Amino acid sequence: MTQPRISHTTATSALGHGLAAQREALLTGRSGLKPQAFDDCRLDCWVGEVSGLDRPLPDAWRPWDCRNNRLAWLALQQDDFLAQAHRLRGRYGAARVGVFIGTSTGGMHSGELAFREMTPAGALPDWFDYRHTQSISSPAEFTASVLQLSGLTLAISTACSSSAKVFAAASRALQAGFCDAALVGGVDSLCLTTLHGFNTLQLLAREVCRPADVDRNGISIGEAAGFAILEHAAAAPAGAPALLGYGESSDAHHMSSPHPQGRGAAAAMLLALQRGGLRPEDVDYINLHGTGTQANDAAEDQGVIAVFGRQTPCSSTKGWTGHTLGAAGIIEATLALQCIEAGLLPCSLQTRNPDPALHAAVLLETRRAPVRHALSNSFGFGGSNCSLLFGAAA
Amino acid sequence: MSTPLADRPLYLQAVGIAGPGMPDWPTAAAILRGEQAYEASVLPPYRPNLLPPNERRRASRAVCAAFQVAEQAVQDCDASQLATVFSSADGDQYITERICRALNTPERMLSPTDFHHSVHNAPAGNWSIAAGAQGPATAVAAWHWGFAAALAEAACMVWVEQRATLLIAYDLQTPEFLRPLSLAQQPFAVALRLSGSAGASPLARLGLAMHAAPETRCSSGPLEALRLCNPAARCLPMLQAIATETLGEIQLDCGADPVRSGLRITLANP
Repeated sequence: MTQPRISHTTATSALGHGLAAQREALLTGRSGLKPQAFDDCRLDCWVGEVSGLDRPLPDAWRPWDCRNNRLAWLALQQDDFLAQAHRLRGRYGAARVGVFIGTSTGGMHSGELAFREMTPAGALPDWFDYRHTQSISSPAEFTASVLQLSGLTLAISTACSSSAKVFAAASRALQAGFCDAALVGGVDSLCLTTLHGFNTLQLLAREVCRPADVDRNGISIGEAAGFAILEHAAAAPAGAPALLGYGESSDAHHMSSPHPQGRGAAAAMLLALQRGGLRPEDVDYINLHGTGTQANDAAEDQGVIAVFGRQTPCSSTKGWTGHTLGAAGIIEATLALQCIEAGLLPCSLQTRNPDPALHAAVLLETRRAPVRHALSNSFGFGGSNCSLLFGAAA
Repeated sequence: MSTPLADRPLYLQAVGIAGPGMPDWPTAAAILRGEQAYEASVLPPYRPNLLPPNERRRASRAVCAAFQVAEQAVQDCDASQLATVFSSADGDQYITERICRALNTPERMLSPTDFHHSVHNAPAGNWSIAAGAQGPATAVAAWHWGFAAALAEAACMVWVEQRATLLIAYDLQTPEFLRPLSLAQQPFAVALRLSGSAGASPLARLGLAMHAAPETRCSSGPLEALRLCNPAARCLPMLQAIATETLGEIQLDCGADPVRSGLRITLANP
């Protein structure tokens, strides 16, 4: 089968630990964003910080100990995920389960702290273990090690589309026979580089981010981890939702600004629809990338209009979780799947005055309605676009 | 358990290479065949040809390294039509160092250019702009095994997306602050242009399968040292077999340490 089933998911974000906390927040309109108090950062902004990351990893995993892997560890303890990994090992064998993990800055905060302690001679402190903490593949290798999976293991790091693209890569690897099941996910944690980096680009909102709002002025950075298990249809539980389609494209326009007409965004959405064999009107909800910057929301709006017209209900969930960067793809995929399961159209939280220049049907109130198919958009620096289409298999 | 994929064709159409003493594929092939003595001389700095002048001035070391081999591998094709898979264990840690140093100043002012080049897909983004390539582009990392992981993903692109695909694996020489790691003692980069149809003159036909077995090594001491000096240089046993037209199997490590898996490459007559 070319459309893998999603047999299990978990998510941990500023909304809480595990899926139930995410769903409760969606239903009650509770945001996870708070005024920034990360490390010694003095920037005036809001962040979506995950609680419980002050506890070091258990001794057996000490070399891997860093904020990012603590976040991965915390997320893996939720929603019975360790037992699911055990099931995968038993069913397929550890070597036949691939591991595909998206991250953007990963364990960067470890390096930031190490440089703070650099000696005058330029030596970094002995505790700094770059290979197990800051290196880009660290969260992928850590996840594989914790779950005792030894199939094809790689990190995808394409900025804010990273953990959406893991679904595409895993789907291909399943189809090619490089693995029989796949563990996909994303882990990205707060660090000073992204806070000060987005501040330098003047893309950091001073107050809470307001996607699609006329007064939107930037992003609120969040951190999150989430995972999903992809299996062939024949092996998955009855009724498990499918990854119906995915679309990947490149803007080929600019490193840090989207194509103004949303050319690459539209291409990704269209490809996802085509792969799923669906028409635009078959999609009941679009989880927008919706970062809350002027340029991103305007470009995505044009892309959505070009593919779907003005009717399809859509919202950004960045007002709940913040922009979780390399984890945005997996978090918003799990939120889209919850919307399908619960029959929920979540509002664009924090949006007060919709921008009249935007024409997509942005939800200002959360509604209950059947969601057959949901699309989730993730777009990143470098013009890297990925759209995922979920729903019941035909 | 291994899965044979021999029924799905995968052709190598072109190779780009840049490492100590190997400025291009014809030179590297002669060295790998033993026709030319190997001397590990440092290559002069490279400036990408395909980037517009503004971007060329701002190009990071990683962008230059990736473009040096990518430009070689697309000389006789339409680069805008290729999907891309970029692989690097750690991208550009010189930028990381500058950012970390800036974060330890009172002002904490990061260079905007550094910040947007700090993403792992900076070479992928720059390449899509330079080549006008609007198709899929990805950037992967898998520590020492990134070349094998990228080859698997590139093959998937060819088979599943039915797109000719450019694989670019590079790692810069590890900067001083990370030197105790000895991840990459030398810079090395390789580009492979892969397709599902044979075309006029393919260099090789590849079969791929996940299969754990001891790694294939290079036949001579200096080349084996080069193979181990940079994650991207793990391609050398395969390139040596291609240069010498030796059919058979090449084994690459692939996956997480210590529970490693492997990728078996079967080289067949095109």
